[in-house]
Amino acid sequence: MTQDHSHPQPLSDIEIRVKALESLLIEKGYVDPQTLDALIDTYENKIGPKNGAKVVAKAWKDPAYKAWLLDDATAAIASLGFTGRQGEHMVVVENTPAVHNLVVCTLCSCYPWPVLGIPPVWYKSPAFRAKAVIDPKGVMADFGHRLPEGVAIRVWDSTAELRYLVLPLAPHDANALSIEHLEGMVTRDAMIGVAV
Amino acid sequence: MNTAHDMGGMQGFGAIEETASDSPLFHAEWEQRVLALTLAMGATGSWNIDQSRAARENMHPAVYLNSSYFEIWFSGLQKLMLERGLVTPQEIATGRAVVPPLPLQRKLLAVDVASALAKGSPTTRPTPSPARFKVGDSVRVKMINPIQHTRVPRYIRGHAGHISAVRGGHVFADANAQTLSAPAMEEAQWLYTVRFDANELWGADTTASEVYVDCWESYFE
Repeated sequence: MTQDHSHPQPLSDIEIRVKALESLLIEKGYVDPQTLDALIDTYENKIGPKNGAKVVAKAWKDPAYKAWLLDDATAAIASLGFTGRQGEHMVVVENTPAVHNLVVCTLCSCYPWPVLGIPPVWYKSPAFRAKAVIDPKGVMADFGHRLPEGVAIRVWDSTAELRYLVLPLAPHDANALSIEHLEGMVTRDAMIGVAV
Repeated sequence: MNTAHDMGGMQGFGAIEETASDSPLFHAEWEQRVLALTLAMGATGSWNIDQSRAARENMHPAVYLNSSYFEIWFSGLQKLMLERGLVTPQEIATGRAVVPPLPLQRKLLAVDVASALAKGSPTTRPTPSPARFKVGDSVRVKMINPIQHTRVPRYIRGHAGHISAVRGGHVFADANAQTLSAPAMEEAQWLYTVRFDANELWGADTTASEVYVDCWESYFE
């Protein structure tokens, strides 16, 4: 851990307790500090929503891939190299002009890590977990989004080990755009369904 | 257990905060260390994921709601290690080892982090009997209130829905949470995605059209 000794600040109670536990577990040989650093580095720098954007952009460009993705998301996503922890069993749900999808875990924070990384703070918050299954339009309003009248909202509550990813509506000119350009248009929030 | 973690449909939490797309994933460095410690200790095989969820849920509801997400993780991690004798209360208080370490099944090395994460822990398993239900079947969730870990949220109990997908045999989370030694004798059950009409769950007071929930077979009447 790095610390700026030029501006010493007293550690908070939780900081002291976490440091104490980390040094205890290292002293007992249960964990290696290098392992902890590698885990943090992985989810800070290597695995995040850019992976999911690659999946979505490819589905927007390639009808055969999209069909595979909707039929067997785990295999289709693995073909791009995204596998593993908290994405062992993937399901992709497709937005259409008539149906919008939104994903939540009301019981905790289940989230498709290999394609989206670790969840944002709001995804784990009581406000989101409580509201999503009863008032998904209210959730979207909190994010500044409003669906057109008549669009149905399906909410997916991740209560088991299936992990859900929303396939947002493709832009109208997707065929004319490069896949790299499309990847840049895909947002994390749209792949969760709090945005369009 | 009907504790504070089962939040679907609760009201009064107000607007969702930190919604900006560039909001940080962590509020402080200690949160990253808690995440890493939890993943590294989880990888030792000393408990399974359902036991770790149960440990986080078994907090007094007032404490749960008053704790940040990673404070809950930190509490759960300590509880799991104390239960198994991996650490003692005195060691936690002082941060220094007093009793010798217990042997672990595995230890995650830095060099193996990428491959271990990429491999994951699939939960699909063979099931002893064929699926009771098929896509389109009507089902009703049992009215149950177990005092132990369950993945059937309160807001669907007693309600009727339809099978939307049959997902194969999966390790049954409720049973998997109940054994202290891992790997447990795993019980696999058919897992289904169930489609509930939102009005069935909430009456007219909802903006959802349908809510889909993953349910193991024994949750149904």
